[in-house]
Amino acid sequence: MDIITVKNLVKKFGDLIAVNDVSFSVKRGEIFAFLGPNGAGKSTTIKMLTTILSPTSGEILLDGHNPTHDALQARKSFGIVFQDPSLDDELTAYENVEFHGVLYGIPRETGKERAEQLLKVVELWDRRNELVKNFSGGMKRRLEIARGLLHHPKILFLDEPTQGLDPQTRNHIWSYIQNLNKKEGITIFFTTHYMEEAEKIAERVDVIDHGRIVAEGTPETLKRQTNTTSLEDAFLSLTGHDIRDEGASGADHMRTMSRAWGRH
Amino acid sequence: MQAIYIIWLRQLKRYLRSKSRIVGSLGQPLLFLVALGFGLGPVFQKAGGGNYLDFLAPGIIAMGILFTALFSGVEIIWDRQFGFLKETLVAPVSRLKIMIGRTLGGATVAVMQGVIVFFLAFLVGFRPEYLTFGRFLLALVFMFLIAVLFTALGTAIASQLDDMQGFQLIMNFIVMPLFFLSGALFPLDGLPGAIALVVKIDPLSYGVDGLRHALTGIASFGFGTDLAVLAGITALLVVLGSYLFSKIQI
Repeated sequence: MDIITVKNLVKKFGDLIAVNDVSFSVKRGEIFAFLGPNGAGKSTTIKMLTTILSPTSGEILLDGHNPTHDALQARKSFGIVFQDPSLDDELTAYENVEFHGVLYGIPRETGKERAEQLLKVVELWDRRNELVKNFSGGMKRRLEIARGLLHHPKILFLDEPTQGLDPQTRNHIWSYIQNLNKKEGITIFFTTHYMEEAEKIAERVDVIDHGRIVAEGTPETLKRQTNTTSLEDAFLSLTGHDIRDEGASGADHMRTMSRAWGRH
Repeated sequence: MQAIYIIWLRQLKRYLRSKSRIVGSLGQPLLFLVALGFGLGPVFQKAGGGNYLDFLAPGIIAMGILFTALFSGVEIIWDRQFGFLKETLVAPVSRLKIMIGRTLGGATVAVMQGVIVFFLAFLVGFRPEYLTFGRFLLALVFMFLIAVLFTALGTAIASQLDDMQGFQLIMNFIVMPLFFLSGALFPLDGLPGAIALVVKIDPLSYGVDGLRHALTGIASFGFGTDLAVLAGITALLVVLGSYLFSKIQI
């Protein structure tokens, strides 16, 4: 049974079409990778899935709820680790986690136990009482992940969760996530630029490029389709070798411009 | 309730941790109290207005609250830029609750700032003769109303802005006119028609008047009008702020 269904999803920012008629679905309990080059429309799609951006057209269902019209119900079904920072620098690491726990209605004792466990997984337990503004980039990233895993939602969105982390930490984090998926049946929806990560962990992959889905299947199918031996080669063969604009800056820039001129 | 509490607590922690912000925001009220209080005092006295510092102090307390409250609301822009806003926006908590938590947090901080300015005024020489404990509590009510009103206004404005470039605009076209045209610095009797009208439109006028009435007994509108106008506009702005806040997209 599908826990996420997306039908004919479109998002335009002025003249720029960031997401162009995208349809896909994710099965309950699946580990699903959403891959694509920079600026392909991954983050924009995730923003629409997670209720913070409304689509131009198309339909989304998250565990039976529409994120646009039924935002609060939809929000109850997922958790997310964002691609860009979302911590409060003026709070300590522990306070950030605690804040999250209360917002997500986690019982106090459970929250405490998990906070300790997770902060130990990302090796920040000893520094839990330090202000986040004194943390390095990698430490902040680890804290974001620990915080995002604090509650156990039905769907967990991870937008490039392991970017910039060393292989040791990445391994720790992925095995924790795989364990969550197995034990609690949490559906995992993630993006990454580390193709070997996707190949190892994802059960199914969608490749998006220029706002359109260009391939869909298990890593094995994609390799067979493209006649390649690794997912990285399959990815390159599907999306070409051209270098894309940095990050989502293209789309973001357009949005800033269009907002500045009052054309929402 | 838990969610509202933790959002309120966050605002408070941020405030108490930024010592420089607390101290920095006391400079301006102090300057106004000293420069205007002592500078214009003799003229005010000669014109038969009585002790100018007594008249001025409630206005400056209101100013401290206005600035702190508005900027607490505007802090949403920072939260947006540093990314923390997303964390609250995707949480399974209604936007109304987030708004209430933020507004109460910002208002609490602003009232604290107001109380600090009150003691600052006391140090400078503000000695309202018949101030009782009960009247001080009444003054606190007015401080709180002013604080909620302008935190909500700040939130409403900030919901519409993407970055700090609009900040100067808010400062020059909203905060300063609200303050200078509120009767914080001058008595409202015998003003030229146009100014008198503007003063009556400025919601801060009613806050200043109520606060001054409570602290010193000097009044232009009276408690009933002050309370009714402040409460009405506050309710309106909280609803408006909540609505605009609920429409935020990232």
